[in-house]
Amino acid sequence: MNQRNRKKHTFLLFVLAIAMFGFAFALVPLYNVFCEITGLNGKTSAQAALLDEIEASVVPLDREVTIEFLARVARGMPWEFRPAEGRLVVRPGEMNTTTFYVRNRARDTVTGQAVPSVSPGQAARYLKKIECFCFEQQELSAGGEMEMGVSFFIDADLPAAINELTLSYTMFLVGDIAHEQIASHHE
Amino acid sequence: MVAHAETVHKQRHPMLAFAARWLFTTNHKEIGSLYLWLRFVLFFIAGAMAMFIRLELFEPGIQFVDPLYYNQVLTLHGLVMVFGAVMPAFVGLANWLIPMMIGAPDMALPRMNNFSFWILPFAFAMLLSSLFMESGAPNFGWTFYAPLSTTYGPPSTDFFILGVHMMGISSIMGAINIIVTIVNLRAPGMTYMKMPLFVWTWFITAFLLIMVMPVLAGVVTMMLTDRHFGTSFFQAAGGGDPVMFQHIFWFFGHPEVYIMILPGFGIASQIIPTFARKKLFGYHSMVYATASIAFLSFIVWGHHMFTTGMPLIAELFVMYATMLIAVPTGVKVFNWVATMWRGSLTFETPMLFAIGFVMMFTIGGFSGLMLALVPADFQYHDTYFVVAHFHYVLYPGAIFGTMAAVYYWLPKWCGHMYDERLGKIHFWTATIAVNLTFFPMHFTGLAGMPRRIPDYSLQFADFNMVSSIGAGLLGLTQLLFLYIVVKTIRGGVKATDQVWEGAEGLEWSLPSPAPLHTFATPPVIAQGNDQ
Repeated sequence: MNQRNRKKHTFLLFVLAIAMFGFAFALVPLYNVFCEITGLNGKTSAQAALLDEIEASVVPLDREVTIEFLARVARGMPWEFRPAEGRLVVRPGEMNTTTFYVRNRARDTVTGQAVPSVSPGQAARYLKKIECFCFEQQELSAGGEMEMGVSFFIDADLPAAINELTLSYTMFLVGDIAHEQIASHHE
Repeated sequence: MVAHAETVHKQRHPMLAFAARWLFTTNHKEIGSLYLWLRFVLFFIAGAMAMFIRLELFEPGIQFVDPLYYNQVLTLHGLVMVFGAVMPAFVGLANWLIPMMIGAPDMALPRMNNFSFWILPFAFAMLLSSLFMESGAPNFGWTFYAPLSTTYGPPSTDFFILGVHMMGISSIMGAINIIVTIVNLRAPGMTYMKMPLFVWTWFITAFLLIMVMPVLAGVVTMMLTDRHFGTSFFQAAGGGDPVMFQHIFWFFGHPEVYIMILPGFGIASQIIPTFARKKLFGYHSMVYATASIAFLSFIVWGHHMFTTGMPLIAELFVMYATMLIAVPTGVKVFNWVATMWRGSLTFETPMLFAIGFVMMFTIGGFSGLMLALVPADFQYHDTYFVVAHFHYVLYPGAIFGTMAAVYYWLPKWCGHMYDERLGKIHFWTATIAVNLTFFPMHFTGLAGMPRRIPDYSLQFADFNMVSSIGAGLLGLTQLLFLYIVVKTIRGGVKATDQVWEGAEGLEWSLPSPAPLHTFATPPVIAQGNDQ
């Protein structure tokens, strides 16, 4: 019985070790789920908010919120990228649009992906984007330029303590990202 | 360290027989010795690296070293100390002592035991060989954060990853072995609550190991795929997140540091009652406290990440949980003191190291409490204050614990008493040296000296010089320790079976030196003797 028990215990403990290995990988989607649910980490939703949500929220006439826009390019990305307006004063519940300018300085066609981030993190889930260039990859030919728009509203439920937001975009190079970054480092 | 030469394989050439014996042994005593000698070698290697670091930091300015090489040395110092000096020490002690303490003839899985050991020399050969590679060794600190280790790591990083995998496999198998042994091979009559504290602390440590070493394996695998197979776990460009690296790493990393101290607690709990000639105070609460510490260790990993921009609510939760760990730890410290209270105390070398352990580990614990406070940590993070904290809990903690254990049980293992006068000299010089080296680091850290730098601002110079002098002295005490251990093994006053007047436990019922095979028939445990 001793031997049978030993084998059983050994087997169970190996299973536990393997399960914890799987747990490490499971932390990746779990981490994302946690961030999405709580809005912590400044991740906004990757999906467009629905227009009906605006009608559902009441516009508090006397509340003003300042939203600042930041734009940067990631390492190795040969684009010029800047917001048309540095900041806007908006009211929660009202629809707003702003644009960002991009220009491809490289000699080839380059595809980029913008990733947004909102600060403070708690405000992320209250910033609802109807349309955003960050929902898709953007392709620019050599020397090409364009104005890209973002339509958004701030949910009226934004906590009273938050009166300033920053929406920051980082424009990443799309392609074999890992290899290019490593390759460019070793050059 | 075992008295009987094996009479098996006599027909072989002596060299071959020697090699065969040590390569293929499944004996827990021999494997324990192998672990302890390996960790001694690795402790010296990592210690030499520490000497190198302190030499450069002796004065401001860059005198001896290329800063990029300095980063490699400090990375390997951390890796080899954690994975090569502390962990194998405790595993070696576990191998030697657990079967003897529970009345078992050997570990439950002797062949896996051999394999667990023999992976390690190869893993460390691989890791240390990276120092001689053209592009250099890993240079991103032992915590190898992404993207420094993924995007910017040298090619030897892949060797590092493989080495970590091998060490992890060794630790996991060792931990499984320990649990299966403790659960199944206790002598009849030895209930869980009669087990010695060293066995309890290792039992709990083994569970921690099985739960978190695979997470480390996961995170280095993610590193490997990010580097070579096109994944983006830790790169925002591909939708990943470098901060997630820190979450996953420290989910392993925090329990890991408890893995590196709990067996030390067990050692103190064995030694102090012996030299106080009094039973351990509060056996049950010691067990529960150890289990509480282990449980709490899983939910505090965020305290290594207070400055990453975590939301306030998370920082508060982690802060409170971290402070909470001080409670069961404090219970243990009070219990050790209470054990000594009104005991018949004598201060042989193991007792000196054990008491030094309790006092200086507590100091390390206090700096840990300071680090637990979020607003304070914003100032202390990545300064020498952190370096002071963990060196206090690791050196006077884990290492003094290991040395205490060696002095305490060496007579049982090899049959000779060590030289008491030399042992005391070792203790006192080591204590002075360790405090000279690491106490000033509290001050430089509070004054703002950052970690992991080869050169520093002038205002930190005096304390750094003191640290470096202390470190040099500390290095010398290691040589003294080696000398004492070798001298004892080769000869000395013959040890009795009991060795220590107040010692209790099954291992003391065995002859000194302990024969290669012990407890072939299980001993009878006295009934009604609940600890």
